[in-house]
Amino acid sequence: MAAPVRTGARRRSWIGVARPLSTRRRTVLAVLSFLLPVLAWAAVSYVPFLWHPLVEVTEPGDVAWMEPGMRVPKAAFAEEVARAGAANGAAPVGIPANPVYLPTPHAVAAALWTSLTATPTQRDAIRLPLSLWHSIQIIVWGFLLSSVVGVPLGILCGAQPTLARLTEPVIEFVRYMPAPAFGALMVAILGIYDGPKIAIIVIGTFFQQVLVIANTTRRIEPLLIEAALTLGARNLRLIRRVIVPAMLPQLYRDQRILLGWAWTYLIVAELIGTSSGITFFITQQARYQHFDNVYAAILVIGLVGSATDLALAWIGRRLFPYDRSEA
Amino acid sequence: MTRGSTIPLPVEPCDYRTQCEPVRARFAKLKSRDVALSVEGLGKVFRSAGGETTALRGIDLVTHRREFLCVVGPSGCGKSTFVRILAGLETASSGVVRVGGVPVSGPGADRGMVFQGYTLFPWLSVLRNVAFGLEENGTPRREAEREARQWLALIGLEAFADAYPHQLSGGMKQRVAIARALATRPRILLMDEPFSALDTQSRARMQAYLIEIWRKIDITIVFITHDLDEAVYLADRILVLKAHPGEVAELIEVPVPRPRSPDQMLGPEFRATRARLDALIHPAKDEAEADADEPAATALVTRMAPTGDEVE
Repeated sequence: MAAPVRTGARRRSWIGVARPLSTRRRTVLAVLSFLLPVLAWAAVSYVPFLWHPLVEVTEPGDVAWMEPGMRVPKAAFAEEVARAGAANGAAPVGIPANPVYLPTPHAVAAALWTSLTATPTQRDAIRLPLSLWHSIQIIVWGFLLSSVVGVPLGILCGAQPTLARLTEPVIEFVRYMPAPAFGALMVAILGIYDGPKIAIIVIGTFFQQVLVIANTTRRIEPLLIEAALTLGARNLRLIRRVIVPAMLPQLYRDQRILLGWAWTYLIVAELIGTSSGITFFITQQARYQHFDNVYAAILVIGLVGSATDLALAWIGRRLFPYDRSEA
Repeated sequence: MTRGSTIPLPVEPCDYRTQCEPVRARFAKLKSRDVALSVEGLGKVFRSAGGETTALRGIDLVTHRREFLCVVGPSGCGKSTFVRILAGLETASSGVVRVGGVPVSGPGADRGMVFQGYTLFPWLSVLRNVAFGLEENGTPRREAEREARQWLALIGLEAFADAYPHQLSGGMKQRVAIARALATRPRILLMDEPFSALDTQSRARMQAYLIEIWRKIDITIVFITHDLDEAVYLADRILVLKAHPGEVAELIEVPVPRPRSPDQMLGPEFRATRARLDALIHPAKDEAEADADEPAATALVTRMAPTGDEVE
């Protein structure tokens, strides 16, 4: 028999049952989770010896093909400097630079501020707030249309096995077809403007929605339904007075997650037919190599998405005070 | 629970079938009342891929109005299945259950049910929970709430009318569940181990509450329990089931006089009934078999502590 293990108490485990952290710690960690990537980005942007594979020309010297502001590979630049030295000409001057697709944090911040506040210089220029507003409308309509049918159908499927068996296999099948694949079809049916875009959001959301909500319905505590049955509740009244209230907190959480999925379909949806919304803004700015604006637009999508989610979570905690699981 | 069974008491020869005069008169009166519930040839077979399991077989039972019937049995005897069939939540494979002469075909408001787990609707206040059944059976909301308030008064929880279930203790939740089940004025109250999740003190209090409610209301109670003391303390008659398959082992008429009090637990009638239940549910033969399967604890455990360091 082995001797009793005496070192056991000192071996600390980092993995175990997750316990809630203190509020202070949670706040600090949340701030850090944003701050660390930004710091890494700032370091790569501002510390000259980190990466910076290019040289931004400030003074072309005697090199004919160089212009101020041009970014050239370090090796090519060094070659021109050496050649100019050998020919006793004026050597080009430049500073280390990153590729144009990685703008500095302050450039993106400035672009974000300008695009949100400044009035456009040209009358037909695309503005970020308007593009964003258009995108939000597409999302809201797509999600609403999907929910109007998807939520009731999901609940009925969850509560009625026959209906579930009749609908769920085909829904499961369609779910695997990528929504963007229906793009051309939707344009043919619904035209080139907002119709097909909303349709893509609906196709991307609806099938998942029915299955997710049917599963949520099935996870209701069966004793609650049985208790309601013994008290005389039947059919639609049972759904309205017991099943829906019992699942409502989880249904609300499901809808929050599904809304997040709807956002991921947005970019593809907006490329269908005539480009519009925030996607049009992004592709347009990328074409002109205004990558600071591209990052600003992507950040705005993230901000709007997170803000919506946080707001919905906050509302949820107030709507369902009796629900003790994490909202 | 083994209340009183470990204390050595003077052995008084007492047959659990001997009834004193008041008890006999009570049973005569009870049996002269209308039949509230009748069960004839009830059987239940569960079919699964692995084959058929007979959960219940040939159960016959007649209970009269305002009787308190307890159902006990070893685990796996199908007592929960039995009460779920009475409630209409499961269908019987054979036989028929009649409530007031009408065959049961599904759950209905003529049979109230209190479950083992907490089944109050967490999104409704206590008052609305109690009013739920009334509203489902067509009573307008205001009227239902007025009636529900009276039921809350009966169980002494008027002060909690606007509280939500998660704010109540376990015992209070089950009291509200009883009020909710009674509010639709069922003929029969089915209770499936309703107090088994409670601590010992709350359970004793709840038993007293339940007897008090039963005395005041025209209700027949079918009470499932695995606590034999609880069964003897509460019941007029005890239906003892045996397992594999679930069949009636015996229908015992409890000779303990009413009104009941916890002091009676040491009395001869109580102990005789309790001993009979023990003999039915844990037969000596089973214990011998259990011994063969599991060797004695002393032989099983190797000594690993130093000698001279004994704790016992």
